[in-house]
Amino acid sequence: MENQNKSVLFGLYNDEEVLLSAIEKANDQHLEIMEVFTPFPVHGIDELLGFTESRLHIVGFIFGAIGASFAFLFMTWVFTSDWPIIFGGKPYFSAPAFIPITFELTVLFASIAMVVTFYAICGLWPGKVNPTLDDRITDDKFCIAFDADAHSKEELNAIKLFFSETLAEEVHTKDI
Amino acid sequence: MSSVVSPIRQPLVTGGKTYHQITEDICSPTERMPGTMWFIAFAASIALLGVFAFSVFWTVYYGIGSWNLNRTIGWSWDITNFVWWVGIGHAGTLISAILLLFRQKWRTGVNRAAEAMTIFAVICAGQYPLLHVGRIWLVFFIFPYPNTRGPLWVNFNSPLLWDVFAISTYLTVSLLFWYTGLVPDFATIRDRAKGIRKRIYNGLSFGWTGSAKHWQRWEALSLILAGLSTPLVLSVHTIVSFDFATSVIPGWHTTIFPPYFVAGAVFSGFAMVQTLMIITRKVLKLEDYITLEHMESMNKVILVTGTIVGVAYLTELFIAWYSGYVYEQFAFYNRVLGPFYWSYIGMMTCNVLSPQIFWWKKMRRNVFVTFVMSLFVNVGMWFERFVIIATTLARDYIPSSWSYYTPTWVEIGLFVGTIGLFFTLFLLFTRVAPVVAIAEVKSILKSSGDQYSHGSHGAENEKEAVN
Repeated sequence: MENQNKSVLFGLYNDEEVLLSAIEKANDQHLEIMEVFTPFPVHGIDELLGFTESRLHIVGFIFGAIGASFAFLFMTWVFTSDWPIIFGGKPYFSAPAFIPITFELTVLFASIAMVVTFYAICGLWPGKVNPTLDDRITDDKFCIAFDADAHSKEELNAIKLFFSETLAEEVHTKDI
Repeated sequence: MSSVVSPIRQPLVTGGKTYHQITEDICSPTERMPGTMWFIAFAASIALLGVFAFSVFWTVYYGIGSWNLNRTIGWSWDITNFVWWVGIGHAGTLISAILLLFRQKWRTGVNRAAEAMTIFAVICAGQYPLLHVGRIWLVFFIFPYPNTRGPLWVNFNSPLLWDVFAISTYLTVSLLFWYTGLVPDFATIRDRAKGIRKRIYNGLSFGWTGSAKHWQRWEALSLILAGLSTPLVLSVHTIVSFDFATSVIPGWHTTIFPPYFVAGAVFSGFAMVQTLMIITRKVLKLEDYITLEHMESMNKVILVTGTIVGVAYLTELFIAWYSGYVYEQFAFYNRVLGPFYWSYIGMMTCNVLSPQIFWWKKMRRNVFVTFVMSLFVNVGMWFERFVIIATTLARDYIPSSWSYYTPTWVEIGLFVGTIGLFFTLFLLFTRVAPVVAIAEVKSILKSSGDQYSHGSHGAENEKEAVN
């Protein structure tokens, strides 16, 4: 949606079940859906749109591992070489006592990294203005959008026919 | 959705709502002028916040000598209040994270407010250790940063430092989790708003569009954050209990502390959620979203955790006797029958005996009983922390240094003041953000809405009409 002045043909549906069967039908007719917008996460939509599983957990794992090793190695370095002090007669390298902070930093690093990655790959940040097709998409409308510029007139007519066949409540074209 | 729902399950959304009505009901409190009730509550909270500000000023100006701490009782109201608030902060993450992993749908009605409560409670909790440091302008010393004193590092072996990391991580992760949940709902408000409000809410919503791919990532993120928060929430109160358990004070030096503290935290957290939600659902007219079913589920958690806590109290007494160790035996004798016997009675009555009323379904579903009980539990859990902290320190090894503890007005002002801080933040929250997670309630409407609960789902009929 980053391109300027793109013409979008979209249909609005009233119910997620109707939306799902419409997407199924679009897949059968080999229509190229540009984007689907829903007011809440609709389960089953990912497979129909051919989404691969989110890889956010990999980010979480990598940064969690970085956090864990950073915390543990840092505390080890401080207490064994930089400034060794004996606390309560324990050895300098008292690994069990390092575990709580290591755990906390693992969670902290993984969480922050995942959240930042999430907003970055979704192109969302404070002050970002993304064009919206219809204000009711965040309320109660389910939207299938097609890139109108990428289709010929006949294809657009086929899409409009598809919308009426799949009981879309409204069909609009909007330049965004 | 075609998820299988047992017919014996009670609906979680009542009133035959449509998606649009859900948006309308939950967004409208943020769009109109608050009522008189809100202004009265807000004025009272601000007044208490003023008490807090004055007490903080007094504490910082005159030092913590203005508290009644002495040589033996080095921790009293301050740490009692700290543990009390941290405990209250546990329900939010428990509801949003653990119940998400367990796929408990009743979570959706209360998770938003509970998470907000968590964040505000942790903010309140944080005030006490910061003030207790004494010289608050040097409080950055608690962080291990490269400094010109050596560098002299903090003691990573100390549970008090673990606490610094645990509480700050907990606050950060809770905030991220809560805000990520809020982003789509801020977008809903944005799309209903006009003018400057639209601009503000667009900023808050980060430009959310509701794209299917974004929702997929959002769900993945929520699930992993829930997975990370679950051990985190357990670790936080475990580490708080280590503050006591790793010391060599009889009555504190026990291995039962971590599970006992975590159960107590969940117990008090749910009680505070009940207190807040019973008022909120009434004032904001959200009875269709925060139903008796939600309250009953939370009352069950209160019953279970209250009983766990009760078992822990009795176990402590038994182990003290069974240990054959005179100091341990004395510590517990002193707790039950010593000069602070009244707080032990308060703790036992409020935390163990009174929640047993929830064995009766009628009581679990009674709003008035639930509200009174939630206040009882809040009071009881404050007594529990006071019993553990102050009574133990008041009678230590040397009888010549025994003393009794009474707080000064500054300490009372700080405690009452954090309640003002908490309610000020919560009342502001109810005006600017949706108190119920709009998108999540919509996602369970088809499986848990009352108009769908009989026989086949309405949506499936519509689907057949399409094909």
